[in-house]
Amino acid sequence: MRLLTHNMLSSNIKGVTNGFPLLIEVEKVVEKQVDFNEDFLRNMFAKIEWKALVEASRTMGYTELPENSESSMLNSDEFLRKFHHALLELHLEEGALVCPETGRKFPVNKGIPNMLLHEDEV
Amino acid sequence: MWYLCVFYHRLLEYRKPEFESLAGLFGAFAGTTTGSLEWRLPEDQHPDSPFHFVNIPSEEIARNIASRSILVKGIYELWGEGQTFEELEEAIKSYPDERKLPYLTPDTTFKITVESFGKVISFHEQNNRLQKLAFIPFKGRVNLKNPDHKFFLMDNDDYGSENGLPPIVQRRIFFGREIGAADRKILQTYQLKSRKYLGPTAMDAEMAFLMANQAQVRTGKLVYDPFVGTGSILIAAAHFGAMTMGADIDIRVVRDGRGPDCNVWSNFKQYGLPMPLSLLRADNNLPPWRSGLKEVFDAIICDPPYGVRAGGRKSGGRKLLKGVVAPYTVPDDKRTGHIPSTAPYSLVECVHDLLELAARMLVPGGRLVYFYPVLRDNESVDPNFPEHPCFELIASCEQILSYRYSRVLLTMIKIAPYTEDIAEAARIRHSEFKENHLKWLEDGNLHSAVFEPAEIQINGSGDAKFGTKPKYRGKYV
Repeated sequence: MRLLTHNMLSSNIKGVTNGFPLLIEVEKVVEKQVDFNEDFLRNMFAKIEWKALVEASRTMGYTELPENSESSMLNSDEFLRKFHHALLELHLEEGALVCPETGRKFPVNKGIPNMLLHEDEV
Repeated sequence: MWYLCVFYHRLLEYRKPEFESLAGLFGAFAGTTTGSLEWRLPEDQHPDSPFHFVNIPSEEIARNIASRSILVKGIYELWGEGQTFEELEEAIKSYPDERKLPYLTPDTTFKITVESFGKVISFHEQNNRLQKLAFIPFKGRVNLKNPDHKFFLMDNDDYGSENGLPPIVQRRIFFGREIGAADRKILQTYQLKSRKYLGPTAMDAEMAFLMANQAQVRTGKLVYDPFVGTGSILIAAAHFGAMTMGADIDIRVVRDGRGPDCNVWSNFKQYGLPMPLSLLRADNNLPPWRSGLKEVFDAIICDPPYGVRAGGRKSGGRKLLKGVVAPYTVPDDKRTGHIPSTAPYSLVECVHDLLELAARMLVPGGRLVYFYPVLRDNESVDPNFPEHPCFELIASCEQILSYRYSRVLLTMIKIAPYTEDIAEAARIRHSEFKENHLKWLEDGNLHSAVFEPAEIQINGSGDAKFGTKPKYRGKYV
């Protein structure tokens, strides 16, 4: 599961007011190379919740992302590379995503998060 | 400029929409990606005929459309046409020299292909026809393998009515210079026969590419399939350079596949395509997106379960939704491995959820391309396709699957933003579906309509209802 995906997911359990961002419990992180595409990164930048991305990347062991960001930073190739790496190349292979309010764990196995809600959470 | 477009004679309703989608992709409609082209039918031709004239702004756009398409056999600059070879010769002779001479020069190589639509002509006959072009001053050398310029001499003859080809009034002969042609070799590369991981409803390669073309997929775009299954649709999108994402409610299909070397990832690896950015297990009925998220995907391409060959599922449990049991709490020690029960998902609700997902998550101008099943019992009545205030339907292409039903590929484009009002209306509908769960399952149940035993009617001459094959196959191709 990449951080791009993590940035889109939230815990939608019944009764939870704000299930985003999910906390990450790391068991196994893998780095996978992805082709660099500047247009794609620019498009995604506008939709990403930056704070959540920085937090998540730190949990995964990557500390290079700046605390805050603004669109002018997209002109720097160095920033784009770091953004690319954090967003697309860090991969949570095994672990869990934890609901910030209820503590309920959504398991991540073989890189695939299981976001299905149980019968009483619907 | 007007060009002659010759289509492959299959999936007839898909031909022009694919062409126009690709035209939009390659800039034929200044400033926008959607539009329609001017088409003209050659004399004495039926609309189902493979020969059509089309007006395209430039030769470069024409070439791009042809090479990316699946159904365009070729786009040609027409040098002449006629009912007879004499008429053809006259037409070619009066075609301006400045358009012809650059391609006939001594330092070029060329090849002329002689074909006849709907039949195979012998080598002898091909040569005869070639001789009729002897008046054209070809100065270059012939190169059959890799010529600089390719020419086509094609005709469309009247073969009578029993052959399953579109009826025409008179013969027509065309001669032109090829601008571009489809590369159908990719169909063989990606054919399902040799795919590592297949599922019962995996989309065949040709159709997957057509869907990707309808969605104007290209590099740098993000494509989502909410019913990803084995990833057959995403493969086509990845081939055209897009980043892909998929979700499915069945975790076994998405995460496990049939083993470590036989799963969605191995499909992408098989073709050397970039892996999907993410695959997740999610219920389209109760999606896991954070509340501020919207306008993320450039295209959503999918084949929703219509309940005929594969039934859809959503969260809930059958008994839960019937109100027989109260929602139960899973004991803590069993929570981690718990697989939540799912309930049948009616087509109506499934499509409603898909449209809501697309309305919210597509960028403005983004395309939703999906299949919708239609019963064929009243052929003359126009089916009511799903509608949504955020979308405009720009293409519907029918593919007949059986005597009973067909599927229609719908292409919708997002024309209005997803407002709070629309979201509210959706929430109300969602609760209504939940309340009337049983009603939606029984109404319009496609599965029973398709698999109901037929009543065989015997008519006067003793032939069974299914005895006579239609003479002209039309949309059956």
